[in-house]
Amino acid sequence: MRRRVGLGAIQQQKLAAEKYKDKGADLQESQLEQMTKQMEVFRNKLEEFAMKHKEDIRKNSQFRKQFQEMCAAIGVDPLATGKGFWSVLGMGDFYYELSVQVVEVCLAANHKTGGLMELDELRRRLIAARGQSAVHQEITKEDILMAAKKLIIFGNGFVVHKLGKGKYMVQSIPGELSMEETNILSAAANTETGYVTQNQLIKDLGWTEYRTKQALEKVLGEGLCWIDKQSDVEPSYWFPSLFPGRNAQIAAA
Amino acid sequence: MNRFAYEEARLVESESFVSRDRNVKIYDGDQKTEFEDGEVVLTTHRLFWGRPGEIARAAVTLCLPLSYVISLSEETTASNFFGRKTRIIMHLRPPSADKAPGPLDTSRAAHIKLSGKNGLSAEFHSALRETLNARVWTISLTSETIFRGPEASSEVSDKLARIQKRTGIGGIERHLEAKAKAADENIALAFQDLNVLMAMAKDMVGLSKNISSKIREQRGEISDDETVRFKSYLLSLGIDDPVTRDNFTSNTAYFNSLAQQICEMLLDPIEEHGGMMSLADVYCRVNRARGLELLSPEDLLHACERLSGPIKLRRFPSGAMVLQLESHDDELISIDTLEKVKAAESLAVEELAKQLGISLLLAKERLLVAERLGRVCRDESVEGLRFYPNLLLQRDID
Repeated sequence: MRRRVGLGAIQQQKLAAEKYKDKGADLQESQLEQMTKQMEVFRNKLEEFAMKHKEDIRKNSQFRKQFQEMCAAIGVDPLATGKGFWSVLGMGDFYYELSVQVVEVCLAANHKTGGLMELDELRRRLIAARGQSAVHQEITKEDILMAAKKLIIFGNGFVVHKLGKGKYMVQSIPGELSMEETNILSAAANTETGYVTQNQLIKDLGWTEYRTKQALEKVLGEGLCWIDKQSDVEPSYWFPSLFPGRNAQIAAA
Repeated sequence: MNRFAYEEARLVESESFVSRDRNVKIYDGDQKTEFEDGEVVLTTHRLFWGRPGEIARAAVTLCLPLSYVISLSEETTASNFFGRKTRIIMHLRPPSADKAPGPLDTSRAAHIKLSGKNGLSAEFHSALRETLNARVWTISLTSETIFRGPEASSEVSDKLARIQKRTGIGGIERHLEAKAKAADENIALAFQDLNVLMAMAKDMVGLSKNISSKIREQRGEISDDETVRFKSYLLSLGIDDPVTRDNFTSNTAYFNSLAQQICEMLLDPIEEHGGMMSLADVYCRVNRARGLELLSPEDLLHACERLSGPIKLRRFPSGAMVLQLESHDDELISIDTLEKVKAAESLAVEELAKQLGISLLLAKERLLVAERLGRVCRDESVEGLRFYPNLLLQRDID
């Protein structure tokens, strides 16, 4: 093409630059797509190998390390053996593996759940993270309960509460490490009145009803707040340490 | 036999070790040769034969590029004296014109045999078979494309020539496409079989990391699933050689080594977690770092009970168990708590909890410990429980 000068040339250059940019974005997009596809293949293959060749991989220490590096890069669970695989060897290890995954699911979500998760939700997340293969779908709520039982020897740091028929709540943070009540106190301290209600907390902290109720009951049980049931709407919880009058007194002193 | 060349026994780039065997002799066709009682080493690309020790020293040895091999077969000989043994027959392509000098310049035979005193080991045999099937050497030879048998190869190289002629965006596009295709086929190749994967493991680790870092670059995360991301993170903190029971004769030694490994591994994470970590959390992290070497909750607990170093096992009155840093021990805690109480004149449980960003139970526990050691004393009133410095025992003498 003949080189042109003037306004037309500038416009044309601009147009070309835009086209290049579009093309660049296109290329990047298609590259990402390819990478995603390759990662999918990798994931399937690694899952398959972890399932089929577990013992051989374990025996070779150098390769074991390499295999783990691949699993880490792609996000594949090296322990996701199907349930059927174990039936010959006894189910012990299957539940140990599962309990590692159960704790992992809880830990990954703790920053949102505060350590409480319903069993159905736990199962859904666990299966999703294990992989696409059909064998993972076989994991039942009973399996997860069984796996949680294996953790009982760690004291009551990891507990399953029965809520009713077929409903369970898994608590993955022991009271000593739980920030729930401290968070309620902070929330209460931020109010001018020095008291909170359940609905207010649900709104302010974005918690579930169950989570809020449990935390409030604990604060009450610890004797750190008083409950006032006079209101027709819902009870309010008062924190003596936050009484405005008291703060004023301290400030004055 | 004239396909062999003299080469230094060193791996070239992208070549990796596959298998070895000892006491091997080579036949040129059906003729015995002077190359007896040597060591053979199979790599992804070549077959080496050397006198004992030569290969380990990377000395000059006999080397046969695997690309010469057309096929394998075997023959079984039986003699009353030696018993049965199996020889491997390798059928070879004619030597190429530019071949480096080797032990024999001419040979009428188009095959060689490998044989040993007791035949070759079954492992070596199957490794050879699989390496030949994998054709890893074709990848690095035609770096951009994959060799897919003679008829496909001419088509591919034609195409390659055309691609190279074209430049510009179309050229870039095609180049990227070819690269992606090569990677695709590489993955397919590597995951045919465990032995092939082991042989290609280094490349595959590199490729997997490359893919995941590219995806992270463009999308931020490798997966939308929180659990998968967390899993990937935990796995990446893997330990090289997990302590296993098999290596110990006594339980005591096993648990002690295990305890030490756990301590080394968790020191940093526990510190990041504010000095305390629940045992369920520990169980998950330790097992993820160990990869396939699963540890049972019982073994973990036994090992934790033996911890004596900078991390210790602690049971709370509620029954919950945690690992905690030694700097969290009662004496130090009580001194620290007294400092806090002094600074604020007096403290309630919830105030300390908020100040330190810890749970109420833990804050209460800290104050009670300080009280038990005589550093603070309580004032219990209708407004709740407050703690003051214990002036009865600790008054500063001016």
